[in-house]
Amino acid sequence: MATDPILSVRDLQVTFDIRRQGAWPWTPPMKLHAVGGISFDLPAGECVGIVGESGSGKSTLARAIVGTVPMSGGSAVFEGQDLATMSPEARRRHRRNVQMIFQDPLAALNPRMTVGEIIAEPLITHEPKTPRKEVKRRVAELMERVGLLPNLINRYPHEFSGGQCQRIGIARALILKPKLLICDEPVSALDVSVQAQVVNLLMELQRDMGLSMIFIAHDLSVVKHISDQIVVMYLGRVMEQADARTLTTRPQHPYTQALISSVPVPDPVLEKARPRMVIEGELPSPLNPPSGCVFRTRCPKAQASCAEARPEMLDLGNAHTVACPFHEVEEVLAVQA
Amino acid sequence: MSLLEIENLTVTFQTGDGPVNAVNGVSFGIDAGETLAVVGESGSGKSQTAFAAMGLLAKNGAATGTVRFDGQELLKLSNRELNRVRAQEIAMIFQDPMTSLNPYLRVSDQMTEVLQLHKGMSRKEATAEAVRMLDAVRIPDARNRITNFPHEFSGGMRQRIMIAMALLCRPRLLIADEPTTALDVTVQAQIMELLGDIRTEFGTAVILITHDLGIVAGFCDRTLVMYGGQIMEEGPTNDVFAAPSHPYTRGLLKAVPRLDREEDSLQTIAGEPPDMSRLPAGCPFSPRCDQVEDICPMTRPALEGFDGNRRRACHLNVKEVA
Amino acid sequence: MFPNKQTTDTLLEAAQVAEVRGRSLWRDAVDRFLKNKAAVGALITLILIGIFALFGDLIAVWNNEEIDWGIMGQIAQKGAPSIANGHYFGADELGRDLYSRTVQGTRISIMVGVVGSVIAVVVGTLYGAVAGYFGGRIDNIMMRIVDILMAIPFMFVLILMLVIFGRSIFMLFVGIGLISWLDMARIARGQTLTIKNKEFVEAAVATGVRPFTIILRHIVPNLLGIVVVYATLLIPGLILTESFISFLGLGVQEPNTSLGALISAGAGQMQYGVIWQLYFPLFFFLVTLFAFFFVGDGLRDALDPKDR
Repeated sequence: MATDPILSVRDLQVTFDIRRQGAWPWTPPMKLHAVGGISFDLPAGECVGIVGESGSGKSTLARAIVGTVPMSGGSAVFEGQDLATMSPEARRRHRRNVQMIFQDPLAALNPRMTVGEIIAEPLITHEPKTPRKEVKRRVAELMERVGLLPNLINRYPHEFSGGQCQRIGIARALILKPKLLICDEPVSALDVSVQAQVVNLLMELQRDMGLSMIFIAHDLSVVKHISDQIVVMYLGRVMEQADARTLTTRPQHPYTQALISSVPVPDPVLEKARPRMVIEGELPSPLNPPSGCVFRTRCPKAQASCAEARPEMLDLGNAHTVACPFHEVEEVLAVQA
Repeated sequence: MSLLEIENLTVTFQTGDGPVNAVNGVSFGIDAGETLAVVGESGSGKSQTAFAAMGLLAKNGAATGTVRFDGQELLKLSNRELNRVRAQEIAMIFQDPMTSLNPYLRVSDQMTEVLQLHKGMSRKEATAEAVRMLDAVRIPDARNRITNFPHEFSGGMRQRIMIAMALLCRPRLLIADEPTTALDVTVQAQIMELLGDIRTEFGTAVILITHDLGIVAGFCDRTLVMYGGQIMEEGPTNDVFAAPSHPYTRGLLKAVPRLDREEDSLQTIAGEPPDMSRLPAGCPFSPRCDQVEDICPMTRPALEGFDGNRRRACHLNVKEVA
Repeated sequence: MFPNKQTTDTLLEAAQVAEVRGRSLWRDAVDRFLKNKAAVGALITLILIGIFALFGDLIAVWNNEEIDWGIMGQIAQKGAPSIANGHYFGADELGRDLYSRTVQGTRISIMVGVVGSVIAVVVGTLYGAVAGYFGGRIDNIMMRIVDILMAIPFMFVLILMLVIFGRSIFMLFVGIGLISWLDMARIARGQTLTIKNKEFVEAAVATGVRPFTIILRHIVPNLLGIVVVYATLLIPGLILTESFISFLGLGVQEPNTSLGALISAGAGQMQYGVIWQLYFPLFFFLVTLFAFFFVGDGLRDALDPKDR
C-alpha cells in the first residue's frame, strides 16, 4: 500500500462475559466471542465496508474501535497510537478524531435537547472555551452543509423525519472535523427514497472533508456502492476481504457467494434468471460457535476437515484474502456494463 | 371476477390533530392464484389498506368503500362472520412473527386450535395436520418440535411457523405484510423461496406488501405502487420495472443501489416522506416530483388504464416520464 | 440531492427567515395535560387549597392558639360553625378556632408531602441514576443499601426517633426524608438502565462526554417525566403517613397541628355531638389527596412515553 493506513486493526478481539440466569455469583461467566481476531487496514481518505448478518459482530467491532466497548485482545493503531493501550483520559481526548453515526436516527438524539444543543455537544465537550456565538455559527454552517435549514436550530428531534434526524446525527459527528467516521447501519432504518440522499451526502462529505470511513451494513448493495474495500464477517470472523468490485463480481468464499446470491436485484428479468444459491439454516449461537470454520454448518462445500482447524486467511494477491481452502470463483451475479 | 376486489377504499384515523386519511380512494383487485406486490414507503398506506380489508384497523380507524372477497362484502360483515373469513379464506402474516404468536402457548396448541374450531377436527387429526403443515414449510423434525414454545425457535423458523399457521385452513388468499424485513438476507432468501413453493403447491393468491423492490422483482406477477395513501401506478411487474410510467416509480427504481451495476452517485428523490395530515389537494407526490407541473398540486390525477393492462395516476404523458 | 442548485437556493432563502422555535416534549406534555379536564380541575383545586393554606389566616378572626373562653365547656351548644362569632368551622374541644387550626394543619400536611417528595426527587433520582448508569459493582452495592434500608420497618424506626429525639416537625421531615427516596431510587435506576442503552447516550460516550455530565445532561432530563409523576403520587402517600403518625399522637406538637392530628381529635369528640370537628379536616384531607391523585394521573397520561 502506498500510504500508511490511518487505522490498522490487527487481530482485534472483543469478548463479553455472559452470566447464565440462575447461576451462582461465583461460577465463572461464559465467554461470548463477539469479535474473534479481525485484521484490516483503512488507508487515509478511503472507505472500508463491513458486511455481515445480525450476530456477525460487525457493530461490536465498530464499538470497539470507537471505544464504547473494551477490546479484549489485539490492537487498533490509529495514526501510530494503539487505542487498546491508551490511558482512559488520553482515550477520551482522542475521541474527537473518531466519530460515529448510528442506525436508529431518532434514538441517537436526546429527545430533550434542541437540534442546536445536540450538534454542538461534541464541540462544547472538547473545546469548552469556544464562545457561544462561534459555536452557533459553526452549528448553523454545518446544518446547512448536511442539508438542514439553519433556522430549525431550536427544534427538537421528534419534529424531524428519519432522514432529517440522520442528517442531524451526521452534523454532530462532523462538527469536530474528525479524521475517521464510523457509520453503523446509517441507512437501514430509512425509507428507500431517503436512503439514497443520505448515502450521497456521506459520499460527498467523505470526498470534501477527506474523511476516512468505516461503513457497516447488512445490505451489500449499499456497502458496495460506498466502499473501496469490503470485509465480509460471519460470527465474529472475517470470511473474505477484497476491493468492492472484485468482491461483488468475483467472490471466492462460499458465504460471500451465498450472500450475494441472496441479495435481490430490482430487475424482474435478471432476478428470475440468475442462479440462486440459497444456504440452509441460520446463524449458530455465538456462545457456542462451530469448531474449525464457523461457517461450515451452513456451507454447501463443507468437508470433514473444515471442523478440525480454523481455515487460514489465504492471500490471493491484490489485497484479496479469503478464509476458505476450497475457494473458487462462482458466477452468482450477471453484471451489466 | 376477481378473488378480492377493493373499490374506492378510504381509511380515516381520528388523531389528536383531527382526522387523517391514511388510505385515500384505493381500488384494485387480485385474481385467484395471482401474486400482487403492494410497494410503498412508510406512510404510503400499504399496510393500512390490508388491515382495513381484513377488518384489523386500530380502534381510531374507520374504512369506507367496498372490499369484496369472492363476491362477499367484507366491510359490512359482523365480527363473527369476519373471523370465519379470516380463519378460512384470507390469512395474514406479519413482519414480526412474535406479535401474532402467543409466547405462553406451545406451537401445537396454537396451530390445532384453529383446526378444531373451524374444521371440526379431533385433536389428533388436527395435530397430524399441523405437523404436515410444518413439514411443508420445512421445519426440521416437526413432529417433535411442534410441542416447543415460540421463543425456542429462531427468527426465520418463527416466520415459517407463521406461514404454516396461515396455511392451515388452506386459505385462498395470503396477505404477507413485510414478511422478511426483520430477517437477514440469507434467511430472507429462504423464506421467499418457501413462499414461492407454497404458491405453486397450494395455488394461493398472495399479496406481498413491502418496501423492497428487489424481492418484488423476483416474486410478483403484478406490482402496485402506492404513495401518500394513493395508487401511483399498477401493472405487470416486468413492465413496471422495465418502463415505469410514473415519476415516483422511476425515481424509486433509480434510488436503489444495485449490486449488479456500477454507478457513481445514486439518483435521489428530493424531500421527505409525506406527512399524511398535510397532503396537497392534488397528487400526493407533487411536492417531491422533479417533473411537477402547475396542475399537479391542485388536481388529483385519475387512475387511468393504458397499454392494455396497466394503470397510472399522473398528469404527464407516459412518454414524458423519463 | 445536495447540493443541487434548487435546494441551495431554497436553503439560502429560508435561512433568512427567523429561527423557528421548537416544541419541546415538555410543551407537548403541558398541552396534553391541559386537555385533561379532570386533571386541570384537580390542579385548580390544589391551587385553591394552597391559597387556603398560605393565606387562610388573613380572614381568620381567631388565631390557632387562642382559646375562646366564652364557649369553652359548651362546645356542643355554642361551638358550632358560625360566621357571627368568627368560628367559621366551629371550635374544638378546648374552644380553639377550628378554622385557623385547619388552615395551619393543611399547611403542615402539604409541607410534609412536598418536602418529602422533593427530597425523594433530588436524592432518589440522582442516586438511582448514578447506580443505574455505572452499573456493575457500584450498582450492586448502592442498590443493596437501598434494599437494607427498605427492609427496616420504617414506621417503627420513625416512631422510635420521634420518641427518642422528641416530637418536632424537623424530626418528622428527617424521618420521612430518610425513607421517601428509596422507591424513587429504584424507579430511577430501572429507567436509567433503559435510557443508558439508548443510542444517544452511546453517542455521548463515543464523543467523550464525561460520565457525570452524561448523567446530568442525558439521563436525568429523560427520567424527569416518570419522576414527576411518581413525586405527585408520592405526596398523598406522605400526607397519609404523617396523618397516621399524628393519629397515633406522635406527629407535630401542640399548638401546631396537622390534618391527621385534627382528624384524630375530631374522631375522638364525635360522640359529643361536635361532628364538625371531624368534617372540616376530613374534607380538606380527602380533597387534597384526590386532587393530588388526579393531577398525578393527568401527568402520567400527559408524559406517557407511548405518545412520543
